[in-house]
Amino acid sequence: MDEAKETLVHEAKDWRGSDKPQSLHPLFELTATRLREFTREREAVFWVFVFPVLMTFALGIAFRNTAPDKTLVAIEGNASDAKVSETANGLSRSSDIAVTVLSPNDAAQALRSGKVSIVVRPENDSFTYRFDPTRPESHTARLLVDDALQKGKGRADVVNVGEEKVTEPGARYVDFLVPGLIGMNLMGSGLWGLGFTVVIARSRKILKRFAATPMRRSHYLLSFMLSRLVFLVLQVAAIIVFAWLVFGYTVRGSWLSVTLMTMLGGFAFSGLGLLVASRPKTIEGVSGLMNFIMLPMWLLSGTFFSSERFPHLLQPFIQALPLTALNNGLRALMNEGTSLSSNMIPIVILLAWCLVSFVVALKIFRWQ
Amino acid sequence: MSTQTSSVARVEPTAQRVALRCVGLVKRFADVTAVDGLDLEVFTGECFGLLGPNGAGKTTTVEILEGLTPSDQGTVELLGQHWTRGDDRALRERIGVQLQETQLAEKVTVVETLRLFRSFYQRGHNVDEVIRTVALEEKRNARVGKLSGGQKQRLAVACALVSDPELLFLDEPTTGLDPQARLSLWDIVEKFRAGGGTILLTTHYMEEATRLCDRVAIMDHGKMIALGTPAELIESLGADQIIEFSVTQELAENPLTQLPAVNHLHKRGEVYALTVSEIGVALPALLAEIKRQQSELVTLTTHQATLEDVFVSLTGRMLRDG
Repeated sequence: MDEAKETLVHEAKDWRGSDKPQSLHPLFELTATRLREFTREREAVFWVFVFPVLMTFALGIAFRNTAPDKTLVAIEGNASDAKVSETANGLSRSSDIAVTVLSPNDAAQALRSGKVSIVVRPENDSFTYRFDPTRPESHTARLLVDDALQKGKGRADVVNVGEEKVTEPGARYVDFLVPGLIGMNLMGSGLWGLGFTVVIARSRKILKRFAATPMRRSHYLLSFMLSRLVFLVLQVAAIIVFAWLVFGYTVRGSWLSVTLMTMLGGFAFSGLGLLVASRPKTIEGVSGLMNFIMLPMWLLSGTFFSSERFPHLLQPFIQALPLTALNNGLRALMNEGTSLSSNMIPIVILLAWCLVSFVVALKIFRWQ
Repeated sequence: MSTQTSSVARVEPTAQRVALRCVGLVKRFADVTAVDGLDLEVFTGECFGLLGPNGAGKTTTVEILEGLTPSDQGTVELLGQHWTRGDDRALRERIGVQLQETQLAEKVTVVETLRLFRSFYQRGHNVDEVIRTVALEEKRNARVGKLSGGQKQRLAVACALVSDPELLFLDEPTTGLDPQARLSLWDIVEKFRAGGGTILLTTHYMEEATRLCDRVAIMDHGKMIALGTPAELIESLGADQIIEFSVTQELAENPLTQLPAVNHLHKRGEVYALTVSEIGVALPALLAEIKRQQSELVTLTTHQATLEDVFVSLTGRMLRDG
């Protein structure tokens, strides 16, 4: 500052201050602001922390596999009919079968609606099985029922067989589900969290105001990624701890590698969130764009069932999606206990998404 | 215009230095030319006002000067530098900006907001001192969302002041504020100016321009239509009083302009406005003329000429008509 100004400064000295630093590095201050804004928004806290836990609970309950469920069988006829009750008794002896006796109409209805897997109609000296061969459980039911009935009529086993029952933790549906839910949750919070915040800041002209300062633009975008990182740790921990308490879920791989993979996924989706939010001026605009991006991944990326089920032709596309990569990587680390080095494909895919989306977002970002 | 030429002749060393200059500024949007060949010079240490109705091109001009909007034509020189559209961080260190429509994050407190803005700059004020400057000590830890309109605006100005800028841009800083809040904002601006800072301010309040500004440029339809000190501009009307009146029966206008001490007649709706140099002479003559034309007074008011009257006489419209 020049002398002329300094002399004038002297007169108004009471409000002019020292250079004593009161704020820290801009990246720190920006990230701290992000965190404050987030934690002071109750709805956001709910969607990021409570919702995924509730979802894990609901899905875990719906698909829990306790002792394998009994096969539900209906016998068509009247309970007072001797042949019917004899058949029912015969089938009930099998521990795998639960029997109900229903009138022909009710039996047909129960089969249609999936309440029973097969209907047995006793006739004079024979039985008729009614079932839908395209339903896998009906197929099983047919074999079980047939076996029980034939044995009841005196068929003898020709060969002795022994059984070894194995229920491995890590192979249950809930075990499959937990890494997928973490992946899906990282995608949702990355895209919604960042997308909305950025677009709201743009519509309130805060971005324009920042653009009028010497703030480094990359700092602004990086602050989003860093703040996501803080939540991500808590968010993932919430799901894992919950799944452990309620379903006895255990992580088989190393915590370090799971943490690194989670961070990488968080970064990739933060980058994607910034990219999605880099142009739109309205919440409506960015919402549409986010749904357009997330919907395919919800369906294809193997959150609720394996993505391998989709046609071969689609696989290169599906495997390149960031959520597929993250889900595959997390499952391999968490459930199979493999090492990071054996998961280079998902790591490279996620890194690529992370870098490309961040750089493109920075390039095309609209500040006003 | 006349001031620009005279400024060259002036020899006061402090007024000579130019903090901001733009030449031939043009900005077109799809269907409208927002800025239409604008030349401006703001001297170091002065408070310069851009006065004009809404849509005159003030905000567009300011945002071009702030390096936020590229112009279609023309050059801008700020503190001896130019916007490069590249790395302008060094220049941004030296200016403070308050934008017209910024709504700062609501969940963040006053002190947190200022700390954030302070962190963007290499040097600047102590955050708490700036809070004191804008009289927000009691609201230091209040969230932005809980502040009144005036307090929010003071915070917005504080964000511009926290870097201790050499040049401060204020875009309609008091629009929508109540008189009390406006006064306290004016105090802040005057303190900054007293500290040697240069200010470019836009407003459509004539009293604001009169009170704060050393020089005023009046803008309309993207062009500058007058430039000078508030006193010079009012003087240019050749009058110090305005008589506004309405009558029962429409008057022939020609005889009115012939009345002694009357410089100018302007009719807006039912209301006649006479610009007069000597009210003691003009008023009795006017009353006699109304009688002669067999009409009767309905209302009559007189006031000192203001910048508003300058604008009306130049454009035929009121500032706030937009």
